[in-house]
Formats: sequence, structure tokens, C-alpha cells
Amino acid sequence: MEHYTMNLTLKVWRQKNKKDRGGFETYSVSDISSEMSFLEMFDVLNERLVKEGKEPIAFDHDCREGICGMCSMYINGRPHGPWEGTTTCQLHMRAFRDGDTIVVEPWRANAFPVVKDLVVDRSAFDRIIQAGGYISVNTGNAVDANAIPIEKNSADTAFAAAACIGCGACVAACKNSSALLFLSAKVSHLALLPQGNPERKTRVVDMIAQMDKEGFGSCTATGACEAVCPKEISITNIARLNAEYGRSGLTADK
Amino acid sequence: MFKSNIPEGPMDKKWEEYKGHVKLVNPANKRSLEIIIIGTGLAGASAAASLGELGYKVKAFCFQDSPRRAHSIAAQGGINAAKNYQNDGDSVFRLFYDTVKGGDYRSREANVHRLAEVSASIIDQCVAQGVPFAREYGGLLSNRSFGGTQVQRTFYAAGQTGQQLLIGAYQALERQVALGNVEMYARHEMLEIVMVDGKARGIIARNLITGGLERHFGHAVLLCSGGYGNVFYLSTNAMGSNVTAAWKAHKRGAYFGNPCFTQIHPTCIPVTGDHQSKLTLMSESLRNDGRIWVPKQKNDPRKANEIPQEERDYYLERRYPAFGNLVPRDVASRAAKERCDAGYGVGTSKQAVYLDFASAIERYGKIECRKHGIDNPSAEDVRKLGMDVVKEKYGNLFDMYAKITGEDPYTTPMRIYPAVHYTMGGLWVDYELMTSVPGLYALGEANFSDHGANRLGASALMQGLADGYFVIPYTIGNYLAGEIRTAPIPTSHPAFETAEQEVAARLQKLKTINGTQSPESFHKRLGKIMWDKCGMARNEAGLKEAIEEIRALKAEFWRDLRVTGEINELNPELDKAGRVADFIELGELMCMDALQRRESCGGHFREEMQTEDGEAKRDDDNFSFVAAWEYKGDSSWELHKEKLDFEVVHPTQRSYK
Repeated sequence: MEHYTMNLTLKVWRQKNKKDRGGFETYSVSDISSEMSFLEMFDVLNERLVKEGKEPIAFDHDCREGICGMCSMYINGRPHGPWEGTTTCQLHMRAFRDGDTIVVEPWRANAFPVVKDLVVDRSAFDRIIQAGGYISVNTGNAVDANAIPIEKNSADTAFAAAACIGCGACVAACKNSSALLFLSAKVSHLALLPQGNPERKTRVVDMIAQMDKEGFGSCTATGACEAVCPKEISITNIARLNAEYGRSGLTADK
Repeated sequence: MFKSNIPEGPMDKKWEEYKGHVKLVNPANKRSLEIIIIGTGLAGASAAASLGELGYKVKAFCFQDSPRRAHSIAAQGGINAAKNYQNDGDSVFRLFYDTVKGGDYRSREANVHRLAEVSASIIDQCVAQGVPFAREYGGLLSNRSFGGTQVQRTFYAAGQTGQQLLIGAYQALERQVALGNVEMYARHEMLEIVMVDGKARGIIARNLITGGLERHFGHAVLLCSGGYGNVFYLSTNAMGSNVTAAWKAHKRGAYFGNPCFTQIHPTCIPVTGDHQSKLTLMSESLRNDGRIWVPKQKNDPRKANEIPQEERDYYLERRYPAFGNLVPRDVASRAAKERCDAGYGVGTSKQAVYLDFASAIERYGKIECRKHGIDNPSAEDVRKLGMDVVKEKYGNLFDMYAKITGEDPYTTPMRIYPAVHYTMGGLWVDYELMTSVPGLYALGEANFSDHGANRLGASALMQGLADGYFVIPYTIGNYLAGEIRTAPIPTSHPAFETAEQEVAARLQKLKTINGTQSPESFHKRLGKIMWDKCGMARNEAGLKEAIEEIRALKAEFWRDLRVTGEINELNPELDKAGRVADFIELGELMCMDALQRRESCGGHFREEMQTEDGEAKRDDDNFSFVAAWEYKGDSSWELHKEKLDFEVVHPTQRSYK
């Protein structure tokens, strides 16, 4: 792999706090190695800002290996930037060329208010999980793990849905700010497993009610969510969610 | 309070006996008892959920924006359990034995035995929660093997086992939040333990969004705040992982156990340059199928694929024929360092070895061809089918490698090098997981108890969940049963007042040094000292130098730190400054601990103490103890020793040959 260095222009959203209007600031960075990660490039810029006595850019990040779901930059009009199936922290600078201008914004959605600069509040996702994104089993209740065989296909499909990292890219990409891909991933994960069966009907209804309450928009099946999802969660999960929702309505006991 | 409180009786009956006689708290009383939990990784989330289910009033805190993000999520390979589903001779005793031996006889037998006993229930619980473990076509659970063992007892979910287990615990936690049993405080950092009459009674936390300080009361406080590998700056830990909560507890009287016991993981993606902010692990599970090698010729300029088989040195297979590529982590790491130091390293930095999947792809390919009835398959067929199998097993890891390095691991061997990964040391706890401070507990990686001087792969997840789901719900009752008459202490109590003032003063001090250097730059310098002198190999002269250098760094930090922004707002620089200040103090203690332990054991390798063929040489006569350090003031500690008695697994020279 050939490595190279580059000089770049960054246009970054700066916003002091929730109430501030915010706006773009332009920065030039030089001698950026193609081996750096995108966030390491931000580290370099931030170190420079500190040296100049300016306030560094606030951004969310933690594991830097693409699994915690904390990083959340909207890069050149696309959540997590140009690479498919990749979180911001795993995006590397070889995705860019010398002289490029890169525009970086926070997730934008009413349900994800900006806290500062590129940091947003995604606690709405936790509240959606609280509404039913679990199996009600207290510690100690479980039977032997092999007591219920699960068809490999179902287990694999459930796993693929459970791979969601809750980053919110789907919401950021959606023109309606819908959270349906996130929600459908959780509904699918649990509906596909026999353990999730007893609460199937209430789970999907309660979670959707909570999603609406949080101010997320409706799904119009544009598919932008699937296109940007760093874990490549399939939009077929939304179809499954719709089926679950319909099933719940048609067979509700009360 | 420095007593291990190990129950009487034979090893395999201790936990059962303990549970049979431990004090209980009745359900009505549980409702009036409050518990504070710091950290929401596997240990914290499982404890919060389980204690909430029992009816205690729980408050849980994490610094991330959601409890689901704790760094347990990044664990890849798997979780051990003595299920013996593979009929290959596993048992509670074997898991216990492997863990004690793997830890190089520096862990507490009774704790490890309990861990092995509850391991099977963890898998049951996780499956019931909907954790989608890998399964065979018959619908039953699949297992794989991991380093340091000769049975297949590792349960996994592709290379995302930690994620799936944490999501399970997180969902259980959120369910308790919905039911009102747990109050969740995300984006909060614990900055002080509040002591009232010698007992831990609460915390001072900082709301990281507003910067405001908050007081929280608890009848007991649980630290589930993870490990301190980031003291090395570069590690596989998350950027935010820190020692601050544990360190504050330490300064309030909790002893720190075996601080120098650090795990250097053998298979990580090598450093590329000074910009490097963290290192990424490639799961140990890869050593199941990958073969590790370096060229037989020093400074070989050829590409990996151009080097013929006979000119490759599969040095682990050569040195350790019985375990081969599956030797424990400490052994594999040292062997890689030995080869690179001797001049056989690969890649531009020469600080890397190859991890090669070519033989695995061929082996799996042939099996698949047989399965599909393809007679006389072409090399291309074999390769293609083999690659599909490898992809299913390790696909996400290979993708991650390709994204970071820009190289395709299916066709070119991975380059790997050891990196700091886990800390076996941590707050000293007794059998009940209580620290030396009454009412203050430590769970998971934050405590020292189960892994001795080296942790076996797939055992961290097991320990975190064991502590949270199946240990603390029993042991905490023994303490809280004596607290049912303690009314909640109002947070206007002078102890809370004083603690808050101290925290505020420290923040003010950090903010107003008005020097020139960033917290990050101090962290990098600390990391370099630690890695060079308290890393994979340590010696007396180096450790003494390191202690002096760290003291000088500390003085410089408090003289020349620059923190931008304000205290009363979201300010990652200020958060970082506080964490780095604590890491610097911890670094000094780690070096002191490494210096006093004049033996080699597990991950702690003293160059003065090695066998003729370069293996770690333990000194059981003089060092069969847990080093428990008591904080006595600035740069001052007193060493207490908990003698380790081995009733069941008698220490021998660890051999994987």
C-alpha cells in the first residue's frame, strides 16, 4: 500500500451549545498522512487549536474500532463519510486526495438535538429500547442454553440485525429523520428468536409509539438508511417490522 | 478490612456453603436500600439489571452518551463456560485449573473456582436474553478453542461477542430503567467517593454536558469502571477508558492490587506513526486458524507470499509444539518481541510478525469440496470455498483489518504486533468483591481477583458477567442486611459538602494552570515512559528511571498544563486533563509494584528473572502474594501482602511445550 501526505481544507460545524445558532468554520490542515484515521486527523487539528489557545472541536468518539457507535460525523453530505459499511472512526484518510475540501457536520434531526459542535443527544434511542427492546427474563430464570435449538438461519439473521451499533446514521441520512431502521433491527433481532416470542406483539407496538413520541419522522422507504448504515443492517428488517406490526394489530387480544 | 474472607470448606463447596449461609435482605427492605453503580459495561450493566430486578434502588452512571457504549462492547472472540457441550473433557475443575495455571499462580483460588462454577449459568442467562450466539446446523450452540486451553469451551457471536453480550445486559438494564428500579445517568463521570463514618456512602459526579457537580447517596457503591490500560496511551482500550473512578477510591482508602499486572495482547495491528491514537486488536480466535511466522532470514526484503514454506519460521509451533499457535497471550507476545528484537520482524517498521490464513483456507476449502461432492477440485475451487468459510468465521475482523491497513488479509498475511489490552491488576477485593473500604465494591476488570498475572482469552467477559449477574446479587446482601436501619443520608451532610468542594477546587486548579501543553501531549509522554520501561519487559534500572521520569512529568503537568474552554460546559479537554492526572499517579505506582516484584510471572516479565530458554521464572518462595498498595499521600504508598495459598492447583513451572 502506497502512503502519501495531503493538505486539506475542512469546513466544520461549530456550535457553542444547544441554544447557539452555530455555523461553519474553515480550517486548513497540512501533512496529513493517508495512514491516519479520520478522527486522528481531527486530533491533529485539535492539538493545533489548543496550542493556538483556541477551543478544540467537540466530537463524540470512544472505541475507535467501529463497534461502540459513539462517533457520528456527517462528512461531505453522508453520515460516516464516503466508505460503505464504515463508521467515522474506521474511515481512513486514504479516502481523500491532496487539496480536497471536506465538510463536517453533526447528525441533524429534531430528535437528536446538537449538544455542542459535532456532539448530539441520542438518548431517544435508549428510551425506545426502554419501551420494549428486551426480553423480560430476570437473572436466574434461564433454562439450559441448549434446551431450545434455534435454526441456524434464524440465529444468523437475528445476529445480523443485532449487529446494529445504535449510532443513528440511519436517522441522519433519512430525509424524514425516521428511526425505523434502528427500531426494526431490534424488533427483528428479538422476533426471530424463540425467546423473544412471548412479547412479540407488545414490543413492536410500544417501541413504535415511543419512536413517534420522540419526534422521529415516518418511513417512506427511500432506503437512504440502509445505504449509509456502517453495519449494513438490511432494509428487509423494516419489512419484517411492518409485518410484525400488522400481525400485532390483527391478532391483538385486547 | 484487609481480609480475604474466603469461606471455610473444600474448594468445590465454598460458594455453595457461602450462599447457604449468607445473610439475606427481605424484599420490603430492599426497596429502601440504594446502590450506586459506576460504569455500565458487562459488570456494571449486569449488576445494575440484576440488583434492580431484586428490588434495590439503583443509580447507574457512565461517561458515554449511552450505557450501551461501554468498552466491553469491543470484545471480539468469545466467552468461556464449562458447559462441556463438545464432550471433550471439560468441567468446572478444568476451567478453574486452566485459569489458575494461565494466571501463573498469582490469583486467588477460591474466587477462580466460583467463577468457573457460575460460568455455565452465564451462557444460559445470555441465551434467554436473546444473545445470538453462533450455532451449528442442528440448532445447538457452537464452540471454539482459545489460547491456554485444550478444550473447546468458548461461546461466540462471530467476532462481536462482547457487543452481543453487552447489548443483552444493556437491554436488561433498560428494562429496569423502564420499570423505575434503575435510574440511569449517562454522560456523568464519578469524581469522588463520599465517606461517612468510615463507609462509602455516595459519590460526587460531574454532569459532562453542563459541567455541574452532583451529589448522590448510596448505601453501597459498586465500581465497575473497567481497566487502566490507557496508562500506556496506546492500547486497545477505548479512548475514554480511564482509571479515575478506581483511583479516587484508592485515594480514599481502597487498596490497589497488583497494579503492574498488565496484559499485552499478541495480535494487534501494528503502529503506523506518531499520529496513532489507539491500537486495534485482532481477536485471539484468529490464532485458531491463523499461523504465526517470520522469515528465517534476517531483514528479508521479500513480500510474504514470495517467501517459500521452508524459509519461514513458525516460531510458536517450533517452540511450543503442544499448544502451538494457541499458547497463552503472555507467551505469544514475548515470543513475537523476541523475534522482532532479534531482527526478524516484518513490514516497514520491522515491529511486526505475520499471521497467515493460507493453510486454513486450503484446509477448509478441501472439507467444503468433499461436502459438496466436488471430486478433483481445482486449486481455485478449494481457495474460493475455503475463503467463504474463513469469511463466515472472521469476516468482520478481516474487514476491519483491511479498512485500517488498506491490505487484503485473504491474500496477504496480516501483520500483527503485541499491544496493551487488559489489566489483571485492579482494586483489591475480598471474596465478596468488597474493597478495603466498607460498602465499596469493585467488579469486572476494575478488580484484581481472578486472572492472576495473566488472563486467558475469553475470560474477561466471563468474569464481568459472573460478578454482575451471579456474585454481587448474593454477596452484597451480606453487607446490606446490616444497613436496613440506615436511613438515606441527606446530601447536605458535611461529608458531601466537603467532597464536592474538593472536587470543585481540583477542577478549578486544572483549569487555571494556564500553561502551554495539552492534556493529550502529557498523556503521550506518560505512555511512552510506561511502554518503554514498564511494558513487555522490565528491569530494575529501567523501572527506577521510569519512577523519576514520571515524578518529573507530574510536576511539569501541574505547572504547564493548558485546558481550553470553561468548567461549566461540555469540555472534553477538562475531562481528559483530570484522567491524565490520575494516570500519571497510577503510572508511578505500577512501576513501584513492578520493581518490588523481583520475579517473572505471567505478563510481568523481569529481565533479571528468566530461564535459560527465555521463559518467565517465578519465585514462589518470595512472591506468592497479592501486592495490595495502600495510599499514604502524594507519591507514598504502603505495601500489604495477601499470601496466596494453593490448596488444589499446586504451582509448577508453567509449560506449554
